[in-house]
Amino acid sequence: MNLYQAVRDAMSIALLKDENAVVFGEDVAFGGVFRCTMGLAEEFGRERVFNTPLSEQGIAGFGIGLAAMGHTAIAEIQFADYIYPAFDQLVNEAAKIRYRSGGQFNVGGLTIRTPTMSVGHGGLYHSQSPEGFFMGAAGLKIVIPRSPIQAKGLLLASIRDPNPVIFMEPKILYRSAVEHVPVDDFTLPLSRAEILTPGTDLTLLTWGTPVYHCETALRILSNPPPSLAPHIPQSLRSAKIELIDLRTILPWDAETVIESVKKTGRLVVVHEAGKTGGVGGEIAAEVQKKAFLRMQAPVRRVAGWDTPVGLQYEKFIIPDAVRILDAILETLTY
Amino acid sequence: MLRSISTRILSRRSLTTARRYSTPNASSAYSEARGHLPHSQSPITSKLHFFNSVTEEGKQIPTYRVLDGVGQVLEGAEVPEIDRDTARKIYENMVLLPIMDNLLYNIQRQGKISFYITAYGEEATIIGSAAALAPDDEVLGQYRELGVLLWRGYGIDAAMAQCFGNQDDTSSKGRQMPVHWGSPSLHFHTISSPLATQIPQATGVAYALKRDPLRRGKNCSAVYFGEGAASEGDFHAGMLFASTIPAPTLFIARNNGFAISTPSTEQYYGDGIAARGPGYGIDTIRVDGNDVLAVLSATKEARRKCVEGGRGVLLEAMTYRVGHHSTSDDSFAYRPRQEVEDRKRSDNPIARFRLFLHSQGWWSDAEEEELKERLKQDVMKAFKKAEATKRWPLSELFEDVYGGEQPWNLKEQKKELDGLLKKYGGIWEPWKNELKKFKDN
Repeated sequence: MNLYQAVRDAMSIALLKDENAVVFGEDVAFGGVFRCTMGLAEEFGRERVFNTPLSEQGIAGFGIGLAAMGHTAIAEIQFADYIYPAFDQLVNEAAKIRYRSGGQFNVGGLTIRTPTMSVGHGGLYHSQSPEGFFMGAAGLKIVIPRSPIQAKGLLLASIRDPNPVIFMEPKILYRSAVEHVPVDDFTLPLSRAEILTPGTDLTLLTWGTPVYHCETALRILSNPPPSLAPHIPQSLRSAKIELIDLRTILPWDAETVIESVKKTGRLVVVHEAGKTGGVGGEIAAEVQKKAFLRMQAPVRRVAGWDTPVGLQYEKFIIPDAVRILDAILETLTY
Repeated sequence: MLRSISTRILSRRSLTTARRYSTPNASSAYSEARGHLPHSQSPITSKLHFFNSVTEEGKQIPTYRVLDGVGQVLEGAEVPEIDRDTARKIYENMVLLPIMDNLLYNIQRQGKISFYITAYGEEATIIGSAAALAPDDEVLGQYRELGVLLWRGYGIDAAMAQCFGNQDDTSSKGRQMPVHWGSPSLHFHTISSPLATQIPQATGVAYALKRDPLRRGKNCSAVYFGEGAASEGDFHAGMLFASTIPAPTLFIARNNGFAISTPSTEQYYGDGIAARGPGYGIDTIRVDGNDVLAVLSATKEARRKCVEGGRGVLLEAMTYRVGHHSTSDDSFAYRPRQEVEDRKRSDNPIARFRLFLHSQGWWSDAEEEELKERLKQDVMKAFKKAEATKRWPLSELFEDVYGGEQPWNLKEQKKELDGLLKKYGGIWEPWKNELKKFKDN
């Protein structure tokens, strides 16, 4: 399965096992602009899988109402870039309903799926990574998978989690990431980071699409092509880098990250969103507080520049393997 | 998929037929022979004609009324079926509202509670509509709808506890400002301050009702909002979703003429809120919000249409905000005191209904006196009790942020506050005094 098929598979299971589950959003009935809801309307009927008018605040508000009645609302925002009209509903309403009602009402059944991150030619409004904007919205969970297996397990967990979840799907992976995904019903835990490759010299932390740029950077580091070899000292090529996929942005798995940094003494955080106000800043602050005496180099952030994503400039804006590689080298030699 | 498309075209056609009455005079210029555009049932015309049906003089949407200003039934008006007991219950709730408002307004002035919002002048709109709903219709309010809760038996004690945010406040455990009530057992969703957010939520609630085999065709969601809130994008979204998806949502607009200081003339240029309903394909009525029988009648019928049709219905109640916007507002800064006094005297919803009750022989002056005295005592008793009750334990400040396990950051922060309290709780005056108000401290 590729990632969009895995997402579809998760929703199909959710609809099959939970009579109260519905899927809705703009253009989801014919299968969705990224094919994530292919055939669901035919399989489960238009009462359970349906189009909404083109209004993001309406989609979020409608989903909150459904979830407040104990139903399972799986809503889609067509691109994460267009989630801002729903920001009020998500931050002021969804995130706060349990708290403000003294626990009497909740919208735990709400999951908002939305495609995120760069696609190579998305320009300003088809490339954004808005996870950082939601980081201060206590009450929400934010989840970003890196692969089809992850997408299915984390989406099913998000749908069943007793809290409203924003589930951001890296859109460039919809077709490009392919792996064998178990067809049965399974979940992966939220708020749990995953160590992809263990290491002792540096912690490399990321989520979503940049996981692959990080892997590329690590391959180049250990086995550089001739063109890059002069920049990579022999002594660093055998460095053991611990690569971590954060998976849940809020509430994030500080324990795994801090443990790793205490061991390695060095941290590079990679994300596509702009650096200022990005999630990397929050992580860096917590790490310097809890691993201060173990740090051997400053926390390094490799992020988008603090600019919008200009269309023709994208290759120089989005952090790619060479920028990650450079940050690793500088941090290792600090 | 094909089938659903053809159904939609059919239903659009029948709607068009039903709406023929609104075709402008230029209809002779329309020719069936010219047909219509694909994706539209609009007939082609050769006449260049703009229309604006809602601002032309004399074309405004009429206001439905049953009782005149002195409680007499209008000629031709049909009095809704109402028995003596229901009528008296409605009246008693209408009388209770300003008594609650008076006390709570005054104790806010004395600094005993932090904030309050009265409903002066809107008693008929709120109680009349509440009485027309089924007790288990889901209500989503704005903040001026305490009367709905009281009608459903919330009780004076619970209302008072919420305003004090003490440990009897189940609405929000003292977390929200006064007047932000809520009760799942009374099907009243907890109020929040952001305006109009409840409107598209009400549509989602209605869709859930429609999907529930036990409540389908039996219940609707009823959403209240002011004419100011109707300017928010969420009003547009809610109306649109309720008509398009569709879902049995009863929209109740309280048009009281003011959004804080902004008069409705600066809020919109069209014919109020009601004029917007037909644009969304939503059945709409405007009603005299100071005439409780008109509100009752119109809401009953609106609710019936809503539940049976499974689609949104809009009711605009025309009223007048007699009180200040809130305790943080002095409305005489933007409207003449005389105007308010005139409205209070000339068009008082409670007095109007009392005159009607008298005319039916259902009420007497002695009963009036007894009721007011009794309610004042009840309210005073509840106030004393609420004032003397401690708050929830301080630790509740970290609870209910998430369902399930509390995340590490909240656990850490709770520990941090505990440490600070141990260190400074007994010596730092602002905390020391405050801590005494909490339970278990």
